Amino acid sequence: MTVTLRHSWYMTVRHLRALGRQPAWIAVTLVQPIIWLLLYGALFKRVVQIPGFQGGSYIEFLTPGVLVMTAFFGAGWGGMPVIDDLNRGVIDRFLISPVHRVALVAGRMVQGSIAVIVQSIIIVVLALITGAHYRNGVGGVVVMIFLAVLLAAATTAWSYGVALYVRKEETLIALMQFLLLPLTFLSGAFMQLNLVPGWIRGIANYNPLNWAVEAGRSAAMKHTDWGFVASRTGFLLALLAAALLFATRAFRSYQRSI
Amino acid sequence: MAQAIEAHDLVKTYGGDVKALNGLSFSVQQGTVFGLLGPNGAGKSTTVKILTTLSRADSGSATVAGFDVASQAEMVRRNIGVVQQGTTVDREATGRENMRLQGQVYGLRGRDLEARISELLDRFALNDAADRIARGYSGGMERRLHVAMALINQPSVLFLDEPTTGLDPEVRADMWTEISRLANDQGLTILLTTHYLEEADNLASQLAIVDRGNVVAEGAPEALKADLRGDAIHVELAHAEGNGHVTGALEELGGIREVAVDGRTLHARADDGARAVPVVLQALESRGIDVASVSVARPSLDDVYLRYTGRTFDKAEAEAEEKTR
Repeated sequence: MTVTLRHSWYMTVRHLRALGRQPAWIAVTLVQPIIWLLLYGALFKRVVQIPGFQGGSYIEFLTPGVLVMTAFFGAGWGGMPVIDDLNRGVIDRFLISPVHRVALVAGRMVQGSIAVIVQSIIIVVLALITGAHYRNGVGGVVVMIFLAVLLAAATTAWSYGVALYVRKEETLIALMQFLLLPLTFLSGAFMQLNLVPGWIRGIANYNPLNWAVEAGRSAAMKHTDWGFVASRTGFLLALLAAALLFATRAFRSYQRSI
Repeated sequence: MAQAIEAHDLVKTYGGDVKALNGLSFSVQQGTVFGLLGPNGAGKSTTVKILTTLSRADSGSATVAGFDVASQAEMVRRNIGVVQQGTTVDREATGRENMRLQGQVYGLRGRDLEARISELLDRFALNDAADRIARGYSGGMERRLHVAMALINQPSVLFLDEPTTGLDPEVRADMWTEISRLANDQGLTILLTTHYLEEADNLASQLAIVDRGNVVAEGAPEALKADLRGDAIHVELAHAEGNGHVTGALEELGGIREVAVDGRTLHARADDGARAVPVVLQALESRGIDVASVSVARPSLDDVYLRYTGRTFDKAEAEAEEKTR
């Protein structure tokens, strides 16, 4: 166990270092959430005037949505560098070393989580400046970010596993394009769910992104329901476990095929 | 002497119908350089993947460094070093960072690790480049770094899968020198795969010729060549001729054996090559077959290959290329 943790950290360092050497990546990663928050904030400003909206200010309503969406998108593309590693034989090199497969996935998850935490802090602070009010203080915000990290970790593991199965960048891009935006809009990220068609509300109940958004909003903003937060945290933990299992199985299938 | 590698009856099929290995067996004595020689697609890389625990055989068994590759994979991994085909160094990291991660993965840490890294960087003349990003390395430097990484855990068996493919001729010669030096390491066993005949001839003390997933000949390069009685005669024909027409012309002659035609090239074997040449030329001329050139040579590994597979090495390579197209 401790060996696997240590190996996970070595892998994390490898990924962080590679990204740290790409100033453009850092710049975009830092600016992207700001743009989303300001853009969506302006675009949907009038939503609060729809009868039945109870979210208070829109920026306050939007913050958990943008925060989770940012985490989800970043993690969704997590499989792309995996394909690069596959093509270069780097994964093969680690597979015949004493590294545990879980550590390979965990390295990507931890690196992604660190990015999510940094981006989240930017969003939280920016929202605070533009008028959001966090009812449960720092504690609530930490829970909201934790939920985003859970979703990102699970999504990274899924993306990793899919990368091992498809092994083609084009296929992975197509799959992610197909999933990322629809899952974002089939949730309460930008619109209060009691104002959307019933079928969307139905799907949103099973949408992991929505679990993170609604639970995060509940934890950080108004109308906090800790029971709801706990249950959605549980769902996301289960999703993470399933995703890790899927990724480790994907390794086995990959090794059988070569 | 103990066997460092033993492969027994390995079978591997891809996608249900492509048979990569077809009952391949060989064994490698500890402390030797063993060459797996064959054209692309013969099954060499598949063999290495199975022996290094990356892939699994459908049937058959193998041990490496005394451990079973299927049931004791963890122990095999700790005792081997592998330089895969192409290069698998992380190009976004420096040479030293690559080495460090590789060492950490094998449980090395702290001062021991840094000392081992310095020693290996020094040995492979990578000191000056150690703190530069590997993306800027030349092909030869990248390959040397890869070999250095493979040695970090002090393996007892080192796998080199096509170690000089894609390198410039002079860089290849340097690499040969490095490999020869490694071979002198006390107790280190090296398994080398190659599709270069000269490479196998130069580096391997024992070799197995692999063709279509099987070992067709095994032994020391010299012994394999000595097995071929007499000299090789190669005749370049002016025009492509019917196979039967040419072989018919020579088969009646005494002392000419193993006649084979490959496009416009005619291969044959004779006890005394120099004496056989005029006879061969006369026989061809009498059938109206024009000759462009003729040469006589001591047997080469190419001749060994031809003898055991019925094709020249070049032709086998071309066939393999066709298949992958």
